[in-house]
Amino acid sequence: MSAARIRGLRKAYGAHLVFDGLDLDLARGERVAILGASGCGKSTLLRCIAGLERADAGTIATSGEIGVVFQEPRLFPWLDVERNVAFPARSDAERARVANVLALVGLAHAAKRIPKELSGGMAQRAALARALVRDPALLLLDEPFAALDALRRIELRAAVREILEFTRASAILVTHDVDDALALADRVVVLAGTPAEIAFTAQVGETATRGAILDALGVVEVRSRSVPARSGRHGASYTS
Amino acid sequence: MARFIVPLALLAGWWAASASGFIKSYQLASPRDVVRELLDLAQSGLLWRDLGASVERVALGFAIALLCALVLGSLVGGSRFAERALDPTLQGIRAVPSLAWVPLILLWLGIGETAKITLVAIGAFFPIYVALVSGIRGVDRKLVEVGTIFGLSRFALIARVLVPATLPQLLVGARIGLTQAWLFLVAAELLAATNGLGFLLTDGQQTSRTDEILVAILLFAACGKLSESAMRLLEKRLVGWTDTVPA
Repeated sequence: MSAARIRGLRKAYGAHLVFDGLDLDLARGERVAILGASGCGKSTLLRCIAGLERADAGTIATSGEIGVVFQEPRLFPWLDVERNVAFPARSDAERARVANVLALVGLAHAAKRIPKELSGGMAQRAALARALVRDPALLLLDEPFAALDALRRIELRAAVREILEFTRASAILVTHDVDDALALADRVVVLAGTPAEIAFTAQVGETATRGAILDALGVVEVRSRSVPARSGRHGASYTS
Repeated sequence: MARFIVPLALLAGWWAASASGFIKSYQLASPRDVVRELLDLAQSGLLWRDLGASVERVALGFAIALLCALVLGSLVGGSRFAERALDPTLQGIRAVPSLAWVPLILLWLGIGETAKITLVAIGAFFPIYVALVSGIRGVDRKLVEVGTIFGLSRFALIARVLVPATLPQLLVGARIGLTQAWLFLVAAELLAATNGLGFLLTDGQQTSRTDEILVAILLFAACGKLSESAMRLLEKRLVGWTDTVPA
């Protein structure tokens, strides 16, 4: 049984066709990173799966709870961290998980703080805890580290990695960062084109190498050692 | 400390000008006369009658305004149809300087309590209404999405996301509305009243009692300041979570 099964997804904004017949499968427990250029439809895909956008055609089947973490924490500013995390809880069992997920994301000490008293990294951890409180079978992560500085990014990436290992939840990570993808995912999918199609898909540790992903993204990595010798006006040449 | 310098200097200047006879008592009563008049009015019970009447009118008018603004503001803020149907009319009415309604109100409702309370309500209504509508319109769509993702019902979305998100704006509107309520109370009581702080004003004018007029003005200032402070305290308690520079 799969965690998510997308068939023939079609989505347009006015005349702009984002997807026209996209298929994607996510096995239970699998973590897929979706990469692609800005505006290629990565976030739209996630929003369709989360039910925030209505697909024009096609089917999206998921099983179990879905948890979502956005680029911004989106905490409710009038609730403290604990109540923010408890917000989606519907049963005593789920409410009882609040302390656990707070500890899991390393925020047990900040349970009573309100969002304006949190740093960006802490706020994003709280958002992650809120996404986990219903014990989701599928986590949707929409560029969750994009608003963080480089150090917080590394910290939170490690935390998310641990949490994904621990919860065994399936996950779709939308990112534009190849390192995020390689660190967190089992499989990398590159979206490209208009309408967007899967231009590349490979297992991490097998064919999904950094170079192959960058190639699929159409990125030409300029390495200083391979810069060709330049010719000066007087015919002098330099080599590095 | 700095905040007391100017008021104290004004008070000293006023006292000196009165004591030296530079200002005649029929032009401006001395601070001593004003305090004596205040104590006299308090002792005779007239102070409490007038203060009570005014506070009651403001409270009733403000409550009616708040209720109407909550109903109409929620409708207009929550439904595009209601906005198209109601908002242009309300904005049109708002464009009329509210005191221009006075003659009509007096013709329709006479010079009794109803007319005064109505006028106060008209004055207080618009700031609350406008703030509520813009508050509802300004709710962060991203927070609403969070509610949607967690499958909140329409009612739960309103109660748990929209109402708290709108509260800061609503309270600011209510504070301005309350200030307006006092403003319109003066207008209403100046027109026709047999009690109230506005009545003290007109009575003082007709009997050339500047001490009585000044007592009324001081009481208006105190009431306005007290209600403003109470509203600010309420804001601090209820919406201290807002991440903005304190006003």
